[in-house]
Amino acid sequence: MNGSEAPQAESRIFVPAYSLARREITRFLRQRGRIIGAVGTPLIFWLLFGGGIGSSFKVEQLGESYLEYSYPGAIASILLFTAIFSMISIIDDRSEGFMQGVLVAPVSRVAIVVGKVAGASVLAVGQAAVFLLLAPVAGLRLGPLEIAATFGAMVLVSVAVCGLGFWMAWRMESTQGFHAVMNVVLMPMLALSGAFFPMSGASMAIVWLMRLNPMTYGVSLIRSALLGKSVDEATGLSAVTGLAVTVGFMLIMVGVSIRAASRETRHALA
Amino acid sequence: MINVNNITFRYGDRVALNGVSFDVSAGEAFALLGPNGSGKTTLFRILSTLLAPQGGHAFIDGLDVFRDRVAVRSRMGVVFQSPSLDIHLTVRENLVHAGHLYGLAGASLSDRVRESLDAVKLTQRANDRVKTLSGGMKRRVELAKCLLHHPRVLILDEPSTGLDPRARDEFWTLLNEARVQRNTTILVTTHLMDEAEDCDRVAIFDRGSLVACDSPTALRHRIGGDCVTVDCADSVALSNEIAKRFADSKCALVNGTVRIESDNAARLASDLLREFGDRVRTLTIGHPTLHDVFIHETGHRFDDDIAEVGK
Repeated sequence: MNGSEAPQAESRIFVPAYSLARREITRFLRQRGRIIGAVGTPLIFWLLFGGGIGSSFKVEQLGESYLEYSYPGAIASILLFTAIFSMISIIDDRSEGFMQGVLVAPVSRVAIVVGKVAGASVLAVGQAAVFLLLAPVAGLRLGPLEIAATFGAMVLVSVAVCGLGFWMAWRMESTQGFHAVMNVVLMPMLALSGAFFPMSGASMAIVWLMRLNPMTYGVSLIRSALLGKSVDEATGLSAVTGLAVTVGFMLIMVGVSIRAASRETRHALA
Repeated sequence: MINVNNITFRYGDRVALNGVSFDVSAGEAFALLGPNGSGKTTLFRILSTLLAPQGGHAFIDGLDVFRDRVAVRSRMGVVFQSPSLDIHLTVRENLVHAGHLYGLAGASLSDRVRESLDAVKLTQRANDRVKTLSGGMKRRVELAKCLLHHPRVLILDEPSTGLDPRARDEFWTLLNEARVQRNTTILVTTHLMDEAEDCDRVAIFDRGSLVACDSPTALRHRIGGDCVTVDCADSVALSNEIAKRFADSKCALVNGTVRIESDNAARLASDLLREFGDRVRTLTIGHPTLHDVFIHETGHRFDDDIAEVGK
């Protein structure tokens, strides 16, 4: 009676994944509170921090404003927040909600991960795209190339963080546990990603944490894309490095999510 | 159609299922009756392919619910105790989504959705959001959702939870119509005696074990005849005296009342009143119910466990 692998030959992937993704989007559009929360929170923080901290904050070698510096970080926050909000529903859904019906259907567990992550990523990128309209406020002038590159970077980062959210939520038995993980893991990940302050000037320990943090590379990639530069001067990371690490992070997160979802339960959830 | 063979499951030290076996044939309506904590929900989760048994095997339509779970899933409809609908979607959207999960699409899906909505009499509400429906209607949508793919077996966990008696009757009428139409096998867990009473056969669970399994009529026949229940102040003493005086009847103490099974309850009652009339507070004659069967088989009342488990 060992848990995992059994023949999954008949189970379906594409249509169920599409259906799950679509449900995610329909649901979101019918809950206005979520739209306000997901775009509003990072927007308010960005403007408040930008206005408040900005004057006492000098990004030494760059000479850019704090609003401009933290703009890519604000985009990364939107992506991360949306992922968290979308994935947290998995926990309750699985033991006493919608997901129960999905789990007893002849659907591949891969489809569940792909559908959920794709749906949440569309939402995340969509909201970040709205935020992108504020680029001029940050003093950024985006050409078509920058916009295309930024979209590419946002898609990669959002799939990665949605995968991360799925993996964590799937292993949780209560939403309280998820909140704890959010405060202990996800928030520090965002704070130490270069989203709010640069590596230069931070203590050695913090610099190392930032270097080990995959989000750092995601934020850096978004910054490179926005500025259309091949090297992100704030971190000294090249766009290629940012891209490679982000793609790797994304693949690992989707992979571990699929593995977690495919493992059969041996304990009751409810 | 459903074969359960010596299934065991334990949570740590606590035994949830202790070598349970039974068979359900095609087209039968079968009830798993038991109080909370009797193991019926654990068995439900095993049959629904969500939980792997720790010992024994269960088969649906000849397929192992654990090893061949994907094939089992496509032959089975599952109605959970807690709602599995998305309340922000319309009734139709919920059904279309479920159809997609079961490999239905396009025109055949539309036909099935229409057929299912018609079967549960909710065609008029197809385009309403689920959150605007009453509890009874929501349950019917759950049923419609599980009938879409024409399952051979339908398993339901406490389907009457939260329904008023009328909604429950409606639900069962629709369920039985669906069952007759395609000879669907139905397995339902319940803690409601009269719900179990309406099924072809009932398996009574107590503390992880199957204590009896038969048709409701046959189960009732296990009790000699009728039951006389006596409520009195000194039940222990009285029950001893009654047992001595009426040696041929089966006398038991159940939660402070004396309960006597007898072939001729009316005569027993008048005898009792003549002998002990001054000590009797109330005396009831009843045809045996499944509750009496439960007491007969387990020696304690059905709701005893609920207090113990402390929900």
